[in-house]
Amino acid sequence: MIEEAIHPKDIYLRSDRFPHIWCPGCGLGIVLKSYVDAISKLDIPLDHHVLVSGIGCTARLPGYANVDSYHTTHGRAIPFATGLKIVNPELQVTVISGDGDLFNIGGNHIIHAARRNMDILVVCVNNFNYGMTGGQHGATTPEGARTSTTPYGNIEHSFNLPYIMASLGASYVARWTSLHVRQLTKSIMKAMKMKGFSFIEVISPCPPNFGKYNKFNDGLSQMEFFYENSVLDNNADLSEAYIDFSGKRPLIVGEFVQRIRPSYIELERDLIKRAMEEP
Amino acid sequence: MINLDFESEKVYNTGRAPINIHAFKVPLGKVHIIKERCKECGYCWTYCPKEVLEKSDYVNKNGYHPPRIKKGKESACVACGMCEAICPDFAIFVEEIKNE
Amino acid sequence: MNKKLIKPGNYFMNGNFACAEAALIAGMNFYAGYPITPSSEIMERLSYRLPQVGGHFIEMEDEIASMAAIVGASNAGAKAMTATSGPGFSLMQENIGLAVITETPVVIVDEMRGGPSTGLPTRVGQGDVMQAMWGTHGDHEAIAYAPSSVQEMFDLTIKAFNTAEKYRNPVIVLTDQVIGHMSERLLVKNYEEYEVIEREIRKFPDPIGKVHDFSIDYVPMVIAGKGFHYNIDSLTHDEMGYPSNDPKIEEMMVRHLVEKIRKNEDNIVEYKEYLTDDAEVLIIAYGITARSSIEAIRKLREKGIRAGMLRPITLWPIPKRKIERLSEKIHIIFVPEINFGQYSHAIREHTKVPVKEIHFPPGAVPDPKIIIRNIEGDAT
Repeated sequence: MIEEAIHPKDIYLRSDRFPHIWCPGCGLGIVLKSYVDAISKLDIPLDHHVLVSGIGCTARLPGYANVDSYHTTHGRAIPFATGLKIVNPELQVTVISGDGDLFNIGGNHIIHAARRNMDILVVCVNNFNYGMTGGQHGATTPEGARTSTTPYGNIEHSFNLPYIMASLGASYVARWTSLHVRQLTKSIMKAMKMKGFSFIEVISPCPPNFGKYNKFNDGLSQMEFFYENSVLDNNADLSEAYIDFSGKRPLIVGEFVQRIRPSYIELERDLIKRAMEEP
Repeated sequence: MINLDFESEKVYNTGRAPINIHAFKVPLGKVHIIKERCKECGYCWTYCPKEVLEKSDYVNKNGYHPPRIKKGKESACVACGMCEAICPDFAIFVEEIKNE
Repeated sequence: MNKKLIKPGNYFMNGNFACAEAALIAGMNFYAGYPITPSSEIMERLSYRLPQVGGHFIEMEDEIASMAAIVGASNAGAKAMTATSGPGFSLMQENIGLAVITETPVVIVDEMRGGPSTGLPTRVGQGDVMQAMWGTHGDHEAIAYAPSSVQEMFDLTIKAFNTAEKYRNPVIVLTDQVIGHMSERLLVKNYEEYEVIEREIRKFPDPIGKVHDFSIDYVPMVIAGKGFHYNIDSLTHDEMGYPSNDPKIEEMMVRHLVEKIRKNEDNIVEYKEYLTDDAEVLIIAYGITARSSIEAIRKLREKGIRAGMLRPITLWPIPKRKIERLSEKIHIIFVPEINFGQYSHAIREHTKVPVKEIHFPPGAVPDPKIIIRNIEGDAT
């Protein structure tokens, strides 16, 4: 019944680089799976897909997908992707990076990309800490959580990512956990077909860092937390959708925003047309 | 959680089942495990809805125990693909066996 | 050629506008920038002019984003540029390194103003000379042009794009507030008289089979969306573009990045000489300071001091062979700069004759009298 074989998704991967660098129980492989699953099902030519990332564990993801990929500097994936997309709108530009990369060091860029309604998809894998550097606290670390730099518990208020992105006018905003694999795949497919700025937050376990400091002994125990506390609510009041790990509040997931608003590329092409027609 | 086990008589008799349920065949899946990619996170054997998988004794080159099929569950896989979807390491996939 | 480009002829134009118009002639079709004095006019001009020729203009949220955006745009096949001044140039440094390691051609215009920090926004400085060379971390070679007139601002901007394409490296136009804001005569020649190097884009299927080749100076660039499916990485990477921790790979990669410029130094280096044939005293000056120096040399010669000038047009790479050769017949070098001694350090490395610094504090065009006084005091 069991035999060694080639994984059907290997054609979408740089399989010579496997096994990947991520720790056992890390949710990033699942996000990669969802991404390749989505691009394999969509009618967008594979050659048009471009993956861009900043720096961090999540940012290593594009290096494993068999598409054009760019591993840029810390926090700057979105402006890099902006340049790519404006020059060649045919490209399906997806930024997959971590919470630290996108919302701490790169926070300025993501709010402006959302404001412009730039035609890119941003998948933010949120593990509530800086995984690659050893689990330091960041803007998404829940209040009270322990990390390697908040040994007495985090006293700072944390970002509520879907709430921020929805307030900035993003065309599509969703949140899933890495347990919601099928929903995540469908969400990526839907977001790639949307015009304008799409944002998907994926809540993901980080067993050796955030997990270890917060009584999740392995990836599985954090996944179990997602399983028990996730509540699907597409119409959720996003101001209440922040996350803590007390288990006292639901972990709200769903597709919160889907709206049609002129996208940057549409508006820019129109501007160029007007300027070129000027005598 | 509601357990919709279509094979049990209970579901047939509730009147909630589709009237043509016998026209549908429960698919049969074949599980492939790429042992050397496995990192023993445990997601596949935890989230398999048919509880087909368990941790094996085999140790791969990185020191992890990949999953194996439980004894007696050899034809229990229904090819739902959950293990394939949830595996972060691309170490497991399911092939649906088509019997014409 | 696009009929909306600036028409050949004579103009009275400021340096910033000249730079913008030259970039269009060079085929620049993507500009990302952030407002900063004294370079803002380049951006203002391009916000109006770029869409007319079908190019893309975007005002980013900061200089970091501007720099990242032009590297991204260049990787999609565009000729891309940004312009800034000292504080913004500091913010761009990390992504200049990204352009270096990914071998992405881009052009950065830096108009030097007084510093440090916010400094003197509307007044001249020359304090970014070392930053242009060493601003971004890690080993690399910089290419920086220093125009000293509006005409040169125009000509060197076109050249900067060509050099960037030729060596797949970021190229800096390192000018100053005076050149940017000053209006003077500009001659735009017929378009066919300008050499414009178009991007050589690799065609799929790939004859090379790898994204980088560290054994040769130049391979055509891979751009997004053409079917290559390569990984372009800011980490130390092998020829396939995959990240590596291997010191051997780091050596191969960095040696390639450095050598591709060093080996071609003689082709890149440019300079102008002024009355050096019989000179005993040499002034090495660049940008606006070179113009003050010419006035000083005229007066010094009237007084019987045989002074001459070497004006590096490429500050980086430094015209070292020329400095070495001139050092054989002169006995002292003076380096006037609008800073407290920067380029003079690099010059000392290539000469045995004494190098005297003439410091001008940022804020004003150097007064030729001060240059004269310094040279008279030392040379006689």
